[in-house]
Amino acid sequence: MSSRTRTNTRTRTEEERDQPSMIASPRERLFGTTWRMILVLLATGFALLPVVFVVSSAINPEGTLTTQTLLPSGVENLSDMTVNFRKLMFDAESLEVFPFWNWVINSVIVSVTSTALILLSTILSAYAFSRFRFYGRKTLLLGVMLLQAFPNLLAMVAIFLILLEIGRLSTAIPQVLPFLSFIDWSFLNMFGLNALGGLILVYVAGSAGLNTWLMKGFLDTIPREIDESAKVDGATAWQTFWMLIFPLARPMIVVIGVIAFIATFNDFVLARIILRDKENWTVMVGLYSFINVQFNKDWGMFAAGALVAGTPIVILYLLLQDQLARGLTTGAVKG
Amino acid sequence: MTTRIDATLGQSLDSSPSEPGSTSVFGLLVRYLGLAAFNALALTFIYAFLRDDNLNLAAVFFIITLLANIVIFVPRLWPLRWIAPGLLLAILFVIYPIVYTVVTGFSNYGDGHMLTKGQTISLLGRQQFIPEDAQTYSWSVYQNSAGNFALWLSTTDATDGPVVAFAPVGAAIVEVTTPPAEPPTEYAGYRLLTRAEQTRSLSALQSAIFGVDNDTAAILSSRQAARPLLQRYVYDEATNSLLDQETNTRYIADDAQGLFIPEGGTAENALVPGYRVNIGLANFQQLFANPALLTPLLDISVWTVIYAILAVVISFAFGLLMAIVLDSPFIPFAKFWRSLIFIPYAIPAVISILIWGGLLNQTVGIVTNAIADLTGYRIPWFADPWAAKIAVLLVDLWIGYPYMMLVCSGALKAIPSEMYEAAAVDGAKPWHSFWKITLPMLLISVGPLLIASFTFTFNNYLLIELLTKGNPPMPGIATTAGYTDILISYTYNLAFGANADFGYASAITLMIFVVMVVIALFNYRFVARWERISENV
Repeated sequence: MSSRTRTNTRTRTEEERDQPSMIASPRERLFGTTWRMILVLLATGFALLPVVFVVSSAINPEGTLTTQTLLPSGVENLSDMTVNFRKLMFDAESLEVFPFWNWVINSVIVSVTSTALILLSTILSAYAFSRFRFYGRKTLLLGVMLLQAFPNLLAMVAIFLILLEIGRLSTAIPQVLPFLSFIDWSFLNMFGLNALGGLILVYVAGSAGLNTWLMKGFLDTIPREIDESAKVDGATAWQTFWMLIFPLARPMIVVIGVIAFIATFNDFVLARIILRDKENWTVMVGLYSFINVQFNKDWGMFAAGALVAGTPIVILYLLLQDQLARGLTTGAVKG
Repeated sequence: MTTRIDATLGQSLDSSPSEPGSTSVFGLLVRYLGLAAFNALALTFIYAFLRDDNLNLAAVFFIITLLANIVIFVPRLWPLRWIAPGLLLAILFVIYPIVYTVVTGFSNYGDGHMLTKGQTISLLGRQQFIPEDAQTYSWSVYQNSAGNFALWLSTTDATDGPVVAFAPVGAAIVEVTTPPAEPPTEYAGYRLLTRAEQTRSLSALQSAIFGVDNDTAAILSSRQAARPLLQRYVYDEATNSLLDQETNTRYIADDAQGLFIPEGGTAENALVPGYRVNIGLANFQQLFANPALLTPLLDISVWTVIYAILAVVISFAFGLLMAIVLDSPFIPFAKFWRSLIFIPYAIPAVISILIWGGLLNQTVGIVTNAIADLTGYRIPWFADPWAAKIAVLLVDLWIGYPYMMLVCSGALKAIPSEMYEAAAVDGAKPWHSFWKITLPMLLISVGPLLIASFTFTFNNYLLIELLTKGNPPMPGIATTAGYTDILISYTYNLAFGANADFGYASAITLMIFVVMVVIALFNYRFVARWERISENV
């Protein structure tokens, strides 16, 4: 109780929540707490079982799945605990097979670039949908919505072929248009198959729909009078957007940015199809390759890698869970 | 008020014929120079695609370029300039792939029919053969600093005079007019290889074609090379057929099946590869006519629906239970427990699915071991159809119910407490008010989310691929399918597995799409109805 009363920022609902417990008799209270706590502990155990297991796998110096236990065993000192981490991050022989740092760098490049581009294209489109009235506006908005219903996993055939062809252009253009061969067309390979640029383009294109709706919903809640007054003062549409609306939209930009970052960082399916060589993989594709070897002999390194890659995402989620939930509902209010 | 009137007329201030405010000369310059660069690049792409007989991509890039120009040059369309970056990218990577999938669903695209007719003809046209009357030469091998090979070809003419030619890979063959008696150690930047060096590159040399265009040479044996080679398949547009110049067989193009069939022969003797054609509804007809295809598809469809419904219902039930439990005043530190229980949702799905794969490993997984120790029964998680299905549902529950808990605890708070008070006054038991008030009210508000969750689970390829890969396999069917395969993973394997059949896979995708659109529209109606109801609450 004391912890509750000390903070005066508690909402009324929580005050109300406390009331029945004051009415309840001690016996009812004990019984009510006991069976609920049993459920809560069971649920927590279920939720944390894989987490505990992966942590103990990561610090268990024996690397295979066969030797794993729920609680770490065989750990005698600090250097035992870091065997898998050292092998994953610093062992030259192992880095040859599993280029972990390449994967981390690739993931960061892909997620940061995709997030920036997604935000840019999303907020520009959303501003236009929210503030301008033009022919075809409603059709476009509805179209954006319905396209989401397509199971885009199978559209992968086409995406795969587009990227393949774009990459092939780097050699095809100098051949069919020799007078253009003074330009180094090999930059097109960056946007072809097996390249991060191609993956980024696919992410940006694919995530526009839902995010545009979210952002538009949020911008609709910003009073139009702000725009009108700016216009009276002679501001262009771009100035209004950049100086007034953009700063006001910051909460939603954070929400969409975090969602986009996590979604691109966590993606596995697209990345695995598009990125062929292990040097070009992202972390998630790379982690899968530890599992794919025989007899799960690299399980310890997988666990260490999973901790390194997963922990920042989990922390980000837990820190921002309230903000994310609030942002999503605000955006959806006037969707 | 004015805005509303303007909006109904479609003529708000914002849709003025040109962009409000003036654009500076510098801004205009940047805009038009940017567009010019974009157009130049796009036209280069389009030309290169056309030369490669890739009409699809040429058309898509043409449409994108056209739209970009229209948006810039028609002042009235200025609002679209803000949407253009996202829209143009979506045309290439979202809309075109969907159109492409639809078209593919009506085609025979797949292994053996990968290329268009034009591409197939040019691919076959590159095959060459050594005619019986070709001139034979003795040969020596050269190599230049770039690693390219060349042949020194020598023979004698009718009067015993030496005839010598130098044939590099990828460059024209040159006649050596006054040849030395022996091959020189250096020639035109190429170096004569020793016997040992030759032997090391033997396999590369045997498959190499020397020279270009119509004048090429190839190695026949350790002593002989032949020149010139001839093009094996020549396309004749008038008769729409390929002539095999080696065997003198004529292959007639069958544009209904996408095959070159020998004159008087059957489709079994057709040239490999065939080409891609529209085959109308054949993919769908074949599906319903062939029990070996229909049976697994029906089984998988039934399991997909059952799996998606069960996964959503179980996650919702557990999520709701925990939401109610944690909402109770009897639980100390509720927020702390909630955060712990929420963790599975925050872990990247790839990681958690792979961990579960390790926990449930049939021989060494610690969960399997623990159950075996307790009950004496070792569950064959991924070998038994039922156990595998339970494993899929278990992992889905672990990943899914924290989200349901979050959603439910939000929705529970939104139920007006007056309703419970009124029920309590009328003498309702808690159990009663749960069924009569909590659940109906909750279903109205989280219903759309449940349906969205259903469509997500319906297409949850990641879980199946990483946990079971669809295993255990179904015996005795025409395609690769397993007992835990859902429609999307089955379709994916059809398209990307061995014997890729994009046409058939796309046909199934189209059917999934129809189901998804129906659900989306239903959900849309549901949301609309809910909004009407909630206005009255």
